[in-house]
Amino acid sequence: MKAGSNLEKILASGQFAVTGELGPPKGADVSVIERKAKLLKGNVDSINVTDNQTAIVRMSSIAVSAILIRMGLEPNMQMVCRDRNRIAMQSDIFGAYALGIRNILCLSGDHQKFGNHPTAKNVFDLDSMQLIQTVKRMRDEHKVLGGDEIEGPPQMFIGAAANPFADPFEFRVIRLAKKVASGTDFIQTQCIYDMDKFERFMQMVRDRGLHEKTHILAGVTPLKSVGMAKYMKEKVAGMEVPDEIINRMKAAGKEKAREEGLNICVEQIQRLRQIPGVHGIHLMAIEWEEVVHSIVERAGLLPRPEVK
Amino acid sequence: MIIAEGKPIKDILEMIEVYDKIVVAGCKGCVTVCSTGGEKEVGILSSALRLARQARGRPLEIKEITLERQCDTEYLEPLREIADGYPALLSLACGAGVQFLAEKFRKHPVLPAVDTQFIGVTEEQGIWTERCQACGNCILDRTGGICPVARCSKSLFNGPCGGSKGGKCEIDSQVDCGWQLIYDRLKELGQLEKLEIIMPVKDWCTSRDGGPRKRIREDLKI
Repeated sequence: MKAGSNLEKILASGQFAVTGELGPPKGADVSVIERKAKLLKGNVDSINVTDNQTAIVRMSSIAVSAILIRMGLEPNMQMVCRDRNRIAMQSDIFGAYALGIRNILCLSGDHQKFGNHPTAKNVFDLDSMQLIQTVKRMRDEHKVLGGDEIEGPPQMFIGAAANPFADPFEFRVIRLAKKVASGTDFIQTQCIYDMDKFERFMQMVRDRGLHEKTHILAGVTPLKSVGMAKYMKEKVAGMEVPDEIINRMKAAGKEKAREEGLNICVEQIQRLRQIPGVHGIHLMAIEWEEVVHSIVERAGLLPRPEVK
Repeated sequence: MIIAEGKPIKDILEMIEVYDKIVVAGCKGCVTVCSTGGEKEVGILSSALRLARQARGRPLEIKEITLERQCDTEYLEPLREIADGYPALLSLACGAGVQFLAEKFRKHPVLPAVDTQFIGVTEEQGIWTERCQACGNCILDRTGGICPVARCSKSLFNGPCGGSKGGKCEIDSQVDCGWQLIYDRLKELGQLEKLEIIMPVKDWCTSRDGGPRKRIREDLKI
């Protein structure tokens, strides 16, 4: 065991993992976290805590992760390269570990242009690849980037993201291979709607044997409406939504759109489970945590395994 | 070259409000090439300033001059000959030129008439784009001659983020994805294997992060 987190144990035991996601509040209101956390409890193995996603200022991922631990849930702390340099990041990794955080997801971070502080200066001292290397060095070599020995190395289970739908498509697997070579223990993908394209991606992943070196968790997000599907297709960079999905949402009509969105999500999970090399799903029910239980249950993934 | 853009005339008028006469100094270097601060622009700006002040009943006397370069001591002489007759200097050179004048003309406030933007190229007539961030540690041999520090909005070293779509960057559909450019170029060159290189953590101390930079060539010193 590298970190001994619940997520690591489940993946190591060969069981199909389920991770969830929790977006911190735009303020200091802990009740928002508690409400969302209760909806996820028992339904997922670990909860991603986003780090100022879309560059909107929110409660820090470290603080929210610590609150989840207090509630008896396991966080997967996201860390982006946009806002901190290597000094602050390594310091925060020490702090996170001391607070009980055992999973970290290393990301580049959305550009600040999208957020509520578009005039900010960004950092990107490290990129996500280099952050992965940094956490691995801290964990395995007990050294910070500068070379100093660490007193009490943070034993993190190291995650990274992969987006099979961004361009250039042929570069995506190469980039994943670099992340794996850099020391990634698990991968969570962007939301998948285009199953055929994801299957092609996974074929390339298997051709390089990457599925044997890292655990790949496929990202899914239930659609609430046809409008959301169109928005994802047209406005969200690096997201592909096939017309077939949009047409199904349209055909369901306004009243049954949510139900159809859940049906699609459950079907997707069932199909993803059949793809060799997919070791779990990352369920991002954005501001719709209420449906997590039913999706996971309908997908036949409850109860979540208890591992020691 | 260094690319700059003229400041709004309103801002310049505000800067020179207290003066009745000034020198407007252009530069025949980069700012001439990017049509921002050469002889022609000195003439246009001076006329505009004179007209604006005249309209308000506060005429402004302007001495126009365009130096060979503002970043080299030897070319500042023509300005030295006239500067004493004027209380302030308005420079159309890049930030380096403005500062160099300020260092060399100790009694004169030196005011910037342009905003210095980037190191770039003339992509086509009237269009200039950024190419280099002067990080002091070039890796263009590994990236097909396209710089990820300058051309990727996040300065990523190991490939495109998830926001690259149809060759464009997530920040703006008009901005090329730097890593798509690198990918296409390496493909053209038959060097796609270079994408597999894992670029290590960057040493930024050769960049601005190491503090103001200085280069000394002992063999050239007098």
